[in-house]
Amino acid sequence: MELKEKLVASFLAFENKVSVDTDSNVHDIRSNAFDHFEQHGFPSKKDEEWKYTSLKSILKHDYNVFPEGESAIEFATVKKYFLHEIDSYKIVFIDGVYSSFLSETSHDGYDICLLSAALKQPKYKTVVDHFFNTIAAKKSSITSLNTAFSKEGAYIHIPKSTVVPKPIQIIHFSTGNEAELLLQPRNLIVVGENSHVQIIERHQSLSGNVVLTNSVTEIFANKNSIIDYYKIQNDEKSASLIDNTYVQQKQHSHVSVNTFSFGGNLTRNNLEFFQEGEYIDSTLNGISIIGDKQLVDNHTLVMHKHPNCESHELYKGIYFDKSTGVFNGKVIVEKEAQKTNAFQQNNNILIDDGATINAKPQLEIFADDVKCSHGCTIGQLDSDALFYMRSRGIPKKEANGLLLYAFANDALEKIKIPELKTRITKLIAKKLGVDLGFDL
Amino acid sequence: MLEINNLHAKIEDKDILKGINLNVKAGEVHAIMGPNGSGKSTLASVIAGREDYEVSEGSILLNNEDLEELAPEERAHKGVFLSFQYPIEIPGVTVTNFIKTAINESRKANGLDELPAKEMLQKIREKAELLDIDRKFLSRSLNEGFSGGEKKRNEIFQMAMLEPKLSILDETDSGLDIDALKVVANGVNKLKSQDNAVVLITHYQRLLEYIVPDYVHVLHDGKIVKSGGKELALELEAKGYDWLK
Repeated sequence: MELKEKLVASFLAFENKVSVDTDSNVHDIRSNAFDHFEQHGFPSKKDEEWKYTSLKSILKHDYNVFPEGESAIEFATVKKYFLHEIDSYKIVFIDGVYSSFLSETSHDGYDICLLSAALKQPKYKTVVDHFFNTIAAKKSSITSLNTAFSKEGAYIHIPKSTVVPKPIQIIHFSTGNEAELLLQPRNLIVVGENSHVQIIERHQSLSGNVVLTNSVTEIFANKNSIIDYYKIQNDEKSASLIDNTYVQQKQHSHVSVNTFSFGGNLTRNNLEFFQEGEYIDSTLNGISIIGDKQLVDNHTLVMHKHPNCESHELYKGIYFDKSTGVFNGKVIVEKEAQKTNAFQQNNNILIDDGATINAKPQLEIFADDVKCSHGCTIGQLDSDALFYMRSRGIPKKEANGLLLYAFANDALEKIKIPELKTRITKLIAKKLGVDLGFDL
Repeated sequence: MLEINNLHAKIEDKDILKGINLNVKAGEVHAIMGPNGSGKSTLASVIAGREDYEVSEGSILLNNEDLEELAPEERAHKGVFLSFQYPIEIPGVTVTNFIKTAINESRKANGLDELPAKEMLQKIREKAELLDIDRKFLSRSLNEGFSGGEKKRNEIFQMAMLEPKLSILDETDSGLDIDALKVVANGVNKLKSQDNAVVLITHYQRLLEYIVPDYVHVLHDGKIVKSGGKELALELEAKGYDWLK
């Protein structure tokens, strides 16, 4: 059976199984999303937004769509996937099921817990009804698919004037107990006025079995709030990820989303920012370093709707072997959004002849008093720089690695958690196959 | 120390060096002067092993060893140092980390253990002082946002750290004001010994007032057309290069 048919056939059973508060409109939201998915199915390469990324090969598997089995994992075996050097809140899922053993949640002053709980319990109803599925794309069938089957993920609600004292890690493990597994996590993050939170998200397969994750995250940043979000995508080569993240910002808020894509089979990031107020700052950073036949596709959208806002977008890509990169960065500046500063930069290095990058900046500017810039470069390593380093005695391989590290560096500089920065730097060094020979 | 015999080099079928002969002994300072486009920088790059140039004839020997088959880093490990006219900016890698990497790679290639951290630090301090370099400067990203003078000073600092046998300084004086030039020249003079040699590549005589050469060679159209003592530099300053063509 085709994956679409299988999902369609399972929907009723799914709806019956998840207990839904009858007062909640979540049932309607799921049904509408399901209708949309049933009507449109998975996107194909005919769809302009999916021109360079084919899902064909990852949709052919016979995925288990509702894993039930609760698996336990010892912390020691997965410790390395956590940023364990610092204290943090943790929301951990194993094969789509919440692991209380590995998690550290909170209801003390703020809610750092589970979406399933938030959907069920009346006290969360106001927040859920107000925010759930309000900014996730209605026209994306892949997002609709997630919405239709949404039941579990992270629920984070920070009330106003609260600084969460430690980062929150959201980690989804897949164990390989299922030969082929489809996961559809759904995260809802609401941050109140003047509040500040740092979040790290990771999807990690623990086996060589096939996993497809179709994740949707909605992030709401209220007035003056600050959110720093980090996505670590360094999965096994049998794991694919479609990550859909939607961010809504109110006035004077600062949100940055940093995406580090170093692994996996196919990784597609849909990242969309909607500015709903003045003096908003949106930052989108990405570093992709891949090889073999891996693919990383970054599709971004920044909607400038109001005056005096900024967006800063910087994506760096290093492509080895026969890997493929896609960058599609859309910036829309609406007529009312005067005095907008929008900057977009996408720099790519193709290391091997078989590597490909498809880069497409799209700027649609309807206001006349704005500063917008975009730059896109595709190149090889600078031979002058390489010779410079080698003439100082640094061998070619190490010189290459140092130069690539230097190339990625400005996107790395934006990481505000020092331990995470060290981690990512080490990951990059490993990915580039060099021992940088010093502590960074 | 350095023996260049009938060296011919080209880039993309364009002949640039057309039969250079040069003999530099330990303890000597040689200046190579000449107009723009005469091949000065090419000669420097070819000695350091830049692969964009093809050596079509002749040989370069360092302490009687033919360098032809050696990669740039291998030449560096054998004691060749080239100070660049336009040093490259490397964001995210500090001056200190870069020089540590360079030194330890050379040591590794020569069968030595890494220099212990304490000794490294001591050496960095000592050489930074020699070149009047502020310690803050050492934790900045290599050459990133450096002024012209800072870049050149940093080149000489690296030379001091690496202690090469043969140093080739390519237009080290360009872009330097007189104070920076004095600091750089003073550093080079202090590093000079009976065991190493310096080749200065320069367009102007100015640098040679501060680093006095034993020999001056004039390069024109890929060949050395005249050699002499330090007085030749003054003659060039007065008469220009045209009388030698």
